[in-house]
Amino acid sequence: MSGVFHAAILFLVAAGLQVVFGVQKIFNLACGSFYALGAYVGVSAVGWYAAAGGPPALFILPLALGGLLVGLSGVVVERGLLRFVYDRDETFQLLLTFAVVLMMEDLIRMTWGTSPRSTAGLYLAYGQVQLLGATVPVYNLIVIAASLLIAVGMGWLLARTSFGRIIRATADNREMAQALGVDLGRVYARVFTLGTALGTLGGALVIPATAAMSEMGIELIVEAFAVVVIGGLGSMRGAFVGALAVGVLRAVAIAVYPELEMLLIYLIVIAVLLLRPRGLFGRATA
Amino acid sequence: MTGRAMAGRAILAAAGLAALLVPLVAPAYYVLLMLPFMAYAVVLLGLNLLFGYTGLVSFGHALFIAVGAYAGAFLTTHTRLRSFEVMLVAAAGLGAAAAALVGALCVRHVKIYFGMLTLAFGMVFYTFLLKFYRLTGGDEGMRVLRPHLLGVDLDAMPKTDYLAGPYYYYCLAVLVLATLLMWRIVHSPFGLCLRTIRDNPAKAEALGLGVTRYRWHAFVISAVYAAVGGALLGPPTGNVDPTLAYWTQSGNIVFMTLLGGFASFFGPILGAFVFIFLQDLVMSVVPYWRLIFGAILAVIVIFAPGGLMGLFARARP
Repeated sequence: MSGVFHAAILFLVAAGLQVVFGVQKIFNLACGSFYALGAYVGVSAVGWYAAAGGPPALFILPLALGGLLVGLSGVVVERGLLRFVYDRDETFQLLLTFAVVLMMEDLIRMTWGTSPRSTAGLYLAYGQVQLLGATVPVYNLIVIAASLLIAVGMGWLLARTSFGRIIRATADNREMAQALGVDLGRVYARVFTLGTALGTLGGALVIPATAAMSEMGIELIVEAFAVVVIGGLGSMRGAFVGALAVGVLRAVAIAVYPELEMLLIYLIVIAVLLLRPRGLFGRATA
Repeated sequence: MTGRAMAGRAILAAAGLAALLVPLVAPAYYVLLMLPFMAYAVVLLGLNLLFGYTGLVSFGHALFIAVGAYAGAFLTTHTRLRSFEVMLVAAAGLGAAAAALVGALCVRHVKIYFGMLTLAFGMVFYTFLLKFYRLTGGDEGMRVLRPHLLGVDLDAMPKTDYLAGPYYYYCLAVLVLATLLMWRIVHSPFGLCLRTIRDNPAKAEALGLGVTRYRWHAFVISAVYAAVGGALLGPPTGNVDPTLAYWTQSGNIVFMTLLGGFASFFGPILGAFVFIFLQDLVMSVVPYWRLIFGAILAVIVIFAPGGLMGLFARARP
């Protein structure tokens, strides 16, 4: 069950990575940093909420709200940096997101210091239940449900709304979309912000279960990277299946043979890249 | 000979002379700072054969740095061997063996898939170093005992005298040899083929070049350089640990290459120098070097993709 909880969080970050890669063709290394940012903002938001005397039962509201709002910082990164390099080689785009990783790691250290931060005691605020012979915190179930809801919501957004149609059209053929009157700059800014907000929300939601550390971003990015490679770059369904696979496999590996934990996942990533570079759900785009 | 080539030679001669004189005139602190610079310079010479000359950007080259560093550490702690020459040869051999395998799988892909595959392999090795602690010492890493240089046991020397004296000149000699060798490689027909492949792989294939094979050879050579550089990194700190193989380390060395200029032969060496000394300078003022370096990287990527060498070339008429 802890594997599924982890998968739910991973899905959010990976979905953010996918939507950005699908439309902008940029592999955003900084998505892990946004995840860390969301986590710290989540801790602070809950801290203020508790100081203001809010009932503990509703702590998830300021947590999620803080996580979503700080996602708006994505627009700064996109308009301030990334928009200059869309016509460049992807190596430079990748390196620019690496620059964002470096900067954000220190910005987080400057703001929140180097010691880990956590929301003391709120994890079990909703109690625990017995499920399939294991004791599961209800909070985990809430996050899993929220993640599923967001997965459905993303599917609806992409398939049914006009914004979703524009996104898909741009992902398919950006010149044609532009010729048909799509304002690329606006679409890119919105898509990047959407991707960022998914990452920061993931970071905020994970925080009651763990502690916020400044290295959490660069550690998560490699897991999210594994998820999108297994699932297929740019595919939302791939992110879902990939996250589930990585989350559950990791939990099983930890239980059976701890040394294998991440090693197993990277080996699967390599196997997928070699045998099926487009991933399990990737489409045949170059 | 054009004036420009003359100026280039003059600068090179001055830099070489300065490097020879550093231990005699500079404070020990700066001499010791030259050691990681020289180690990274060797690594970057190799990385740029792949990045600048072949057009493949590896995001997992830290793997080979770690292979080299751990090879040296393993020899000094698990066997009686202390000869630095043996350590370097072992590092180069293991680096080549690892790269032959990893490279054969990676070079079939290009661009972002090549980058992702190398990153995944790098993380496999990182996890291996971290988890199999009986062999590798886990997150504490391994000690590197002071190696013997050219068969001479220098254990009696004080550590700073050893590092700022014989060890410094040894590293300098390795760097000079590595530079000369790389110069020969990129100016050979083989180097020309690599550039053809970078600029137009389809045409290269049509001309009868085995594109994948050439890429594979370039990958192995660059990994040997990374492993030798990694072996040079160990003795100054006396310790190696898994962060050498972490993906951010791979990112940093690509950053150094870009900082100096990947389109130029000496660019990466300049990049390593500026990176190491600027990092030291920034850290002596504020602890947040990543913030400043991230900003520098962003500025380079956006405004000066040719790096420092590109700026110099632009400044001259």
